[in-house]
Amino acid sequence: MATLLIAEHNGTELAPATLSALTAAQQIGSEITILVAGANAKAAADAAAQCSGVSKVLLAEGDSLAHELAENLSELIVSLAGDYSHIMAPSNSVSKDTMPRVSALLDVGQLSDITAVLSDAQFQRPIYAGNAIATVTSKDAKKVITVRAAAFDKAAATGGSASIESVAAPAENTAATWVGDELSKSERPELTAADRIVSGGRGVGSAENFALIEALADKLGAAVGASRAAVDSGFVANDLQVGQTGKIVAPSLYMAFGISGAIQHLAGMKDSKVIVAVNKDEEAPIFQVADYGLVGDLFDVLPELTEKL
Amino acid sequence: MKVLVGVKRVIDYNVKVRVKSDNTDVDLSNTKMAINPFCEIAVEEAIRLKEAGVATEVIAVSVGTTASQEQLRTALALGADRAILVESEDGAEPLNVAKAFAKIMEQEQASLVILGKQSIDSDNNQVGQMLAALTKRPQGTFASKVAVDGDSVSVTREIDGGLRTVKLALPAIVTTDLRLNEPRFAKLPDIMKAKRKPLETKTFADLGVEVKQHIQLDKVEAPATRQGGVKVGSVDELIQKLKDEAKVI
Ligand SMILES: Cc1cc2nc3c(=O)[nH]c(=O)nc-3n(C[C@H](O)[C@H](O)[C@H](O)COP(=O)(O)OP(=O)(O)OC[C@H]3O[C@@H](n4cnc5c(N)ncnc54)[C@H](O)[C@@H]3O)c2cc1C
Repeated sequence: MATLLIAEHNGTELAPATLSALTAAQQIGSEITILVAGANAKAAADAAAQCSGVSKVLLAEGDSLAHELAENLSELIVSLAGDYSHIMAPSNSVSKDTMPRVSALLDVGQLSDITAVLSDAQFQRPIYAGNAIATVTSKDAKKVITVRAAAFDKAAATGGSASIESVAAPAENTAATWVGDELSKSERPELTAADRIVSGGRGVGSAENFALIEALADKLGAAVGASRAAVDSGFVANDLQVGQTGKIVAPSLYMAFGISGAIQHLAGMKDSKVIVAVNKDEEAPIFQVADYGLVGDLFDVLPELTEKL
Repeated sequence: MKVLVGVKRVIDYNVKVRVKSDNTDVDLSNTKMAINPFCEIAVEEAIRLKEAGVATEVIAVSVGTTASQEQLRTALALGADRAILVESEDGAEPLNVAKAFAKIMEQEQASLVILGKQSIDSDNNQVGQMLAALTKRPQGTFASKVAVDGDSVSVTREIDGGLRTVKLALPAIVTTDLRLNEPRFAKLPDIMKAKRKPLETKTFADLGVEVKQHIQLDKVEAPATRQGGVKVGSVDELIQKLKDEAKVI
């Protein structure tokens, strides 16, 4: 038994989600190799080699890996798969894109978004927007797994001294080409890595009004999140959506303003440690999961809160 | 250009699912069922391609129980030309579903397959990518914009950091995200007309797909429920609680 863990990184650093997935890998209990793939990822590979409980780091660098295209990345992973019983990655937009492709190429099923490791073959994962938890057993010799980072503590990023080995990058798939990115730029913490999140919903009313959410977030050093309604209405960018089909978060503090608490939204944040909800409708379902609820107008509460903190 | 769209019958998104008391599965008896919302977006996109003169035929495909005919009829009412039901037990595994789609894609010589990015019941997010791998074709997942141009398609994808656009040679597989379009509602006359549109039923065996079990469902439990907390009366009280009680600020 051996595990190949595909790192999430930005070329220089590992994403915190990688460390959470490493914890899941450690719970499986076999030897762990981390794969760091990218156009330029030496520094991230160095960081991976420092992680505790990692025996080896594979570094794949090449132009074909520059934009995380699933067609190329899946070729790389499948070319390495022979040596491993478990192929894992933190759940993110790259692994969601790539890992099912890996599974199909290996003719095995995929376990998406596991939240608990019960044995080397048995896992738990949420279904129905987290309203049910399934215990599942993989019958395949090779197990392809994505890990819900919010469900696992982060493994230590230090204490290890794994060797780094270079592996060849795959050939470029000519049927899929990268055209361009429109990435959101922000000085604020990344949503899935943040310890505090201030989220706004339809009740915030407009993109301009989101400045109120941002002001509180900045005061708290928090990330900004949103409901689907706020994204659909164009108040904020798509990558801020929290929920069943957006990002799954579990910060120490989650503050929801003008969010009703639909099951799809709750699915993405109900494992937060402390939840605060501010809503003018005292019947709003968000209050059923909130530790502290304040019935009131967010346009009064937000400025007052930002000022008094 | 033929377009295939996937249609999955799932619990209505407004309904909160219950777990069976024997923990074998969720209880879907007497539950309102609907087209998976992401599949609805896929159907809409395909119909728009037909209306724009890009697609010549839209074929709705479902892998599911006989009851899935209801959702296929809805897709036909929305504008799909014909439908194929691959009969299966409830809860067909993504890889088996992808294999069925691969066969149909080949038989129909479809240039574009549009599927929902995930179904709101099993939350797997797998079939489109698996289909792309099985057919060795490129994929544009989590699409918020799709533009066909001759023998390629440009897909703008929702990714963790924002948006990414890729260009794919056709045939290609696209999976839909929430903001690709706003699906229309079926009109009554179209619902009547849909009853006469062709709906063909096949089995995995007809398609030459060997159904394999990869993942076994052992148990389904309700999640730990979160206790609702308290209501505070003022911003000052909220700050005091967050500082002294929760100790998070
Ligand atoms: C397939 C599918 C996937 C989905 N995925 C997601 C997802 O990932 N994430 C997600 O969030 N949603 C998702 N949704 C949408 C979800 O069902 C809800 O529609 C959405 O979460 C509602 O957003 P909201 O709470 O901001 O808006 P609303 O439900 O409209 O709630 C607005 C709230 O603001 C309050 N309010 C208004 N004005 C004020 C004020 N001045 N002060 C205080 N409170 C005020 C109102 O009382 C109300 O409770 C999904 C839906 C579908 C069908």
